[in-house]
Amino acid sequence: MVGVNAHQVILPGILLSSFLTGVIIFFLKEEKHRLRTWLNLLGAGLKLVLVAALLAGIFQGQHYSLTMDFLPGIPFALGADANSVLFVTLSTVLWFWTTLYAVGYLEDSPHRSRFFGFFSLCVTATTGIALSANLVTFLVFYELLTVSTYPLVVHRGTREAMRGGRMYLAYTLAGGTVLLLAVVWFCHLAGPVGFKERGVIEVLMVSHRGQLQMLFVLFMAGIGVKAAIVPLHGWLPKAMVAPAPVSALLHAVAVVKAGAFGIVRVVYDVYGVENAARLGVLQPLAVAAAVTILYGSTRALFQDELKKRLAFSTVSQVSYIVLGAAIIGPLATLGGLVHLVHQGLMKITLFFGAGNYAETLGVHRVSEMNGVGRRMPLTTAAFSVAALGMIGVPPLAGAITKSYLNQGAAAAGEHWVGLVLTASSLLNAAYFLPILYRAWLLSPPKNWPHPHHFGPWETHWMLLAAPLVTAALVIWAGVFADSSFSPLAWVKLIVAREYGP
Amino acid sequence: MTFPRTGALLILMPLAAAALAFAWPGHGRALARISAAAMTAALAALTREIMAHGVQMHRVGGWGAPLGIELRADGLGVFMLIIAALIGVAVTLYSPSYFASRQPESAPAKHNDSRQNTPSRQAAPPTAKSRDEDGQPHRTRYFWPLFLFLWTALNALFLSADIFNLYVALELLGFGAVTLVALAGGHEALTAAMRYLWVSLAASLFYLLGVALVYGRCATVDLPSLASKAQPGPALWVALALMTGGLAAKAALFPMHFWLPPAHANAPAPVSALLSALVVKGPVYILLRLWFEAFHGLITPAATHALGALGAAAILWGSVRALVQPRLKLLVAYSTVAQLGYVFLLFPLAASPESGLAAWSGGLMFLGAHACAKTAIFLTAGNILHAAGHDRIRDLDGITHALPISAFAFGLAGLSLVGLPPSSGFAGKWMLLSASLAQGQWWWIAVILAGSLLAAAYVLRVLTHAFTRVPNPLTPKPVPPVMEWTALALAVAAVGLGFAAHGAAELLQVGAPNAVASRDNNGPPAKPASAQPQPQTPPEIRRLDSCPESTLPGAARPPHEPSPPDRTAHPGAAQRTPGPKGGHELSEAGVQPRRAAICLARQARRRSAGGWSA
Repeated sequence: MVGVNAHQVILPGILLSSFLTGVIIFFLKEEKHRLRTWLNLLGAGLKLVLVAALLAGIFQGQHYSLTMDFLPGIPFALGADANSVLFVTLSTVLWFWTTLYAVGYLEDSPHRSRFFGFFSLCVTATTGIALSANLVTFLVFYELLTVSTYPLVVHRGTREAMRGGRMYLAYTLAGGTVLLLAVVWFCHLAGPVGFKERGVIEVLMVSHRGQLQMLFVLFMAGIGVKAAIVPLHGWLPKAMVAPAPVSALLHAVAVVKAGAFGIVRVVYDVYGVENAARLGVLQPLAVAAAVTILYGSTRALFQDELKKRLAFSTVSQVSYIVLGAAIIGPLATLGGLVHLVHQGLMKITLFFGAGNYAETLGVHRVSEMNGVGRRMPLTTAAFSVAALGMIGVPPLAGAITKSYLNQGAAAAGEHWVGLVLTASSLLNAAYFLPILYRAWLLSPPKNWPHPHHFGPWETHWMLLAAPLVTAALVIWAGVFADSSFSPLAWVKLIVAREYGP
Repeated sequence: MTFPRTGALLILMPLAAAALAFAWPGHGRALARISAAAMTAALAALTREIMAHGVQMHRVGGWGAPLGIELRADGLGVFMLIIAALIGVAVTLYSPSYFASRQPESAPAKHNDSRQNTPSRQAAPPTAKSRDEDGQPHRTRYFWPLFLFLWTALNALFLSADIFNLYVALELLGFGAVTLVALAGGHEALTAAMRYLWVSLAASLFYLLGVALVYGRCATVDLPSLASKAQPGPALWVALALMTGGLAAKAALFPMHFWLPPAHANAPAPVSALLSALVVKGPVYILLRLWFEAFHGLITPAATHALGALGAAAILWGSVRALVQPRLKLLVAYSTVAQLGYVFLLFPLAASPESGLAAWSGGLMFLGAHACAKTAIFLTAGNILHAAGHDRIRDLDGITHALPISAFAFGLAGLSLVGLPPSSGFAGKWMLLSASLAQGQWWWIAVILAGSLLAAAYVLRVLTHAFTRVPNPLTPKPVPPVMEWTALALAVAAVGLGFAAHGAAELLQVGAPNAVASRDNNGPPAKPASAQPQPQTPPEIRRLDSCPESTLPGAARPPHEPSPPDRTAHPGAAQRTPGPKGGHELSEAGVQPRRAAICLARQARRRSAGGWSA
């Protein structure tokens, strides 16, 4: 049977392709720069191939699962359902480009073995989160993610970095502790259940209503820290001290995204969106998401530091996913889930752009960005595509999200959500358009703060390739949304399973 | 090799090696390696044997209880033996390089922060003379025999089945430990060692007094016979209180932990590791034997909760104290105080028929996790002392640059101390948490979670300094690779053993005390199992009874006594420990929880497998 062999190899293979790479890289000598780069790209490439094989297998109706003894009575379980495939594909594709970018970005900086080791562990944790098939496994990878990102956040080792790192751990470990409590409690109530479309709590709905509501609050509080839901978002702007590839990873691929994915998991595959609605816990979640959207956008307006502005933008944008999950109805679900991918593509492009400005010109602040478009046209073009996408200009990816969320909210009778979305789009425009205006239309200064020359291109080719590819993906996800090879098409499949007969 | 031989080897091999190493100083290292290898092999055989055939008993020289010495290997004992072996092997590998390359280590540390720390530090600085005299050869000369002697005591402790033998083993353990602390030389280590000696002696006296009272009352010191003979009454209550007090002091249970931090922090690094990982666990082990096996009939829920409350106080107090220590080794020592507290949470949680087994396995899993993680951390601290010449936390900036592997080991072991998944510390915490939930004792949950966060805070305190990059990082003395790798290997074990939680729980169920193992929820929850009516024989008769067991009716056999005296004649399931009720139901009772657990796991697997395919 091909299936048995395939599933026994592919799932652990996806995890090990980055885990083993990371472990080997830890023990490489600092100056083995070429070998390390090849290992990195090899691991990332292998992971891509394996994920492609996984996708192909699932298209052919193959089921993938793997369990192993872990805690007494509770197995360590991996599996690939439609939701996990969405997330695992996103993180694998983006990881490949982020690795390439990081190699270019960190050239000649110290401690690269340590950095790339933890970088690989971080993506292992992310794919593990995607492929977890029960809550305990999810928790394992969720905490592994916390731990493996800390050294990345503090990579520079400055006092400021250490402060940011401490803040990061204080928030995420406290959140993790709450999540641990929720998971223990849930497993006590429901047994060692796996994730399943429409939830697994049907039998407890009547008898344990109060406990389920309490648990939902704990789940959201625990996972909400990583998803940066206001008021649990405090760590995110502080963690901006990390190098640009790490910020890109944190915001688009790993940490924040893992939080959003966790919320999606709990709402759809643990509780089931209809059960959650009957428990009356979705409305407060929707309100929290709406507050986060508006608060993040408003704070972003006042940040002069480019990365801080992007950080608050993330706070706002990730809650679109949460909002989509908190509104019942297929259209809203569609909008939320597809934003998981769209936000990742757009935000990573923005961070790549910000990193390029910092690395090539020494530009860190919005007020220093006059005329960067003339000096670095390709980077700025990619940056602009992503920014316009964030605002929701059709036909880019962000527009798809916003239109589905709007329709979904209207269908569910939640008309206030439409107002929130409109306000947010206006705010997005208000903090992104001035950047584009400065970049393209104002004339550049005589001297850039810390210019750095990288040969024939406007910057190092690795730094340039990554944002161009991800910007292309932003356009593709919007323009070809209705083709059968788009994030939207896959999300439609998930939604059909959640709401279908 | 089968049981009586493996057990004898585990005790006699290190003893012989200790004697030889004493008489033949140059060969301590080789002797330790040979005996470590032999013990590991014997232990592997023993583990396989008890997993297949259940609890093993042996009467040394054919003399049974109450007169002779009995060796017993059950799940708990073998679990502890395995931990001891793991740590013992690591210390065997680590120590040669450590002692070969260091001067007495408390000296530099003391010089530099005498103003910041305990009052005893203000006393006279170490004299250069004493350092020279007590220097290298002296320390290595005595380390090996003492270490092997300590290992002997531990193995004897974990294989003993009566409370007097336990006393003997405990005394040996205490003397070995005190002498090893003194080995560091210097004023401070000697002060700490003296204090440790007094506490240890006083505690032993209390324990011995308790043993005497028990013997006077029950006419036996054999653990299994005590389980049936001990009847609630003032004399035994006093005896149990004396023994518990003595053991708690030796185990450094809050508030009797005062002697531990100086002793553990001033000893040489491998010795600190042995003390924190193993020596303090010895008395905890005896407490478990007394409370859950021999005297379970005497224990009231209030008493178990009192022990649990002290454990909780230890968790909080130890962690808070760890947060403010100026020196790394002191921080780690206070962390030991805190982490031991978790094991004491086992007392209120495991005595319940509702998921008592989970708490039992959880607490012991935690104990094992702590042993590995703490050894790794103390060895790391030894490396740092070696490289930097001090262990002041605030001056450790940039140490990751100098010692990347040690820093990594520290971080990994820290994961287990904090209890982050998938470490073994997590597995232990998970089981304790789920037992607390199942029994509605939610206050322990709050303590466990708060303890985790505090542990994260003190681990992070060190890591923050370690990661901080400084303009001119110290140029450290090179650390021999074996020292770094041993620490890392143990840290990896501390994390990786989380995946062995399932297997460890199965091992711990072999001969788990009936108080813990009983899974029937029909009885009243607080009622201790051994207080259940013993069938045929009335208590008075049994108490006066001094005839050999073989003449007793089968149904009145005390628990943990294999039905036939000669084990090899009846291999297989018949060897399973009978419970207190005798006969068939008993061997069923031993098998059932394990079977139930396996069944549960299978169901879980099936259910979660259905999760995504449905």
